[in-house]
Amino acid sequence: MAVLNHAVSERKVENASFNKTIPAGEGWIYTLEPGQVLRIVDLEGNQAADTLFYDADKPSDHYSAVNTIQRQGNVYLSTGSILVSESGKELVKIVADTCGRHDTLGGACSAQSNTVRYSHNTLPMHNCRDTFMLQLAKHDSRFLKRDLAPNVNFFMNVPVTPEGGLAFQDGVSAPGKYVELEAISRTLVLISNCPQLNNPCNAYNPTPIQVLIWDK
Amino acid sequence: MKTLSPSKISKMIPAGGKWSTLIRRGKQITFTALEEGANISLLLYNANDLSERYNMPDTLKAQHTAHLTKGNVLMSDNGRVLASIIEDSLGWHDPLSGYTSRVLTNQKYGITTYQNERNDYFRSGEENFAVELFRNGLTPRDLMPVVNLFSKVYCDNDGNLHYVTNHSKKGDTITLRTEMDVILVLSNTPNPLNPAATYPSVPVQLTIADAEPIQENDTCLNHRPENRRAFENTWEYILLSKGGIQ
Repeated sequence: MAVLNHAVSERKVENASFNKTIPAGEGWIYTLEPGQVLRIVDLEGNQAADTLFYDADKPSDHYSAVNTIQRQGNVYLSTGSILVSESGKELVKIVADTCGRHDTLGGACSAQSNTVRYSHNTLPMHNCRDTFMLQLAKHDSRFLKRDLAPNVNFFMNVPVTPEGGLAFQDGVSAPGKYVELEAISRTLVLISNCPQLNNPCNAYNPTPIQVLIWDK
Repeated sequence: MKTLSPSKISKMIPAGGKWSTLIRRGKQITFTALEEGANISLLLYNANDLSERYNMPDTLKAQHTAHLTKGNVLMSDNGRVLASIIEDSLGWHDPLSGYTSRVLTNQKYGITTYQNERNDYFRSGEENFAVELFRNGLTPRDLMPVVNLFSKVYCDNDGNLHYVTNHSKKGDTITLRTEMDVILVLSNTPNPLNPAATYPSVPVQLTIADAEPIQENDTCLNHRPENRRAFENTWEYILLSKGGIQ
């Protein structure tokens, strides 16, 4: 079992400047200013929040999973983790976490990867990559498919074994668990609240998440 | 019949070197470590649609693995097989550690410059890739997690990454077979997690030749049902990209 780096937040919901529920299968895009804190709440438990980050001042510089895990020498994210971009720029830092472990390797589900992983007839099923593409297409014409780098899966449990195995497991999150990210630089956050029904990443029942923001 | 072009291409990538090239489907590429401790970082793009590229998460989760060896395939973000690993003397190649940046290269091995060292200055994966991507109409925006051939990095139960020293020996080989027309992009630069104090890079030999046609009992095709479905997606794409009525 991974080291679960729990840290409870002192921030109060009534002081948040932004408070929104994202239903299962929906997306959200938002630009955080430096010092703003974003909380993502797993309202009903065992929900995967697929999340990408971009340098808001240079959207061609995407979050880099491998730069992030290389820097911290660990594949899981928790309190203290600093998420960096492809160029090495520090984007956000995890400042509170009641779940304790988040995935960097599983990426997003897509119609195409569903056909590979499950069966060809899963092609029409709703998926995170479609949500990402729809959000980016509506947001800003500068974004293209090439900007979809591997994302973070908050609340998702993808254990890697010393023998080099990898599995998707139900497990570490529960109703009300949350993670808080403080923006180090101006960061565009893109979330897909995962609609995957074919594996236990959402306990076969995708549920809403909540996002709250506190100003500096 | 005389031919002006040889049927086999041989290419040596020196320590710190870089290379990119178009390779059509149905070729096999053998990488041979010419000294111990090799690491060559690799990226693949669909030559006919550069927005389609090697995708680390889709490759790993479909094959339930966090390392790559014979039988595994390198999948794109469109659920297709860009290349298969058809031979491997090592058993473990690293998809997790990424490439060396200029900052990390300077921090670990000291500042070297062309002005002082001429062509012996220490190259970084970041800059090698930037140049080779740009050569192919791409930019650092298109940088994605790489495959580090010849390196072994494993995770302990707490998720900590461990680089294994003395993993690859002189003469170790890995052979890829292209399943689509690809742009192959290479940077022969150190694994970022290699703790060696002196710049650890050694030459790697590439040999490229026509591959044997894929058979029903192919190791990569039969490795997992997921692999077969990815091949089916690939074959559908290739069929659709061929002309119809002439």
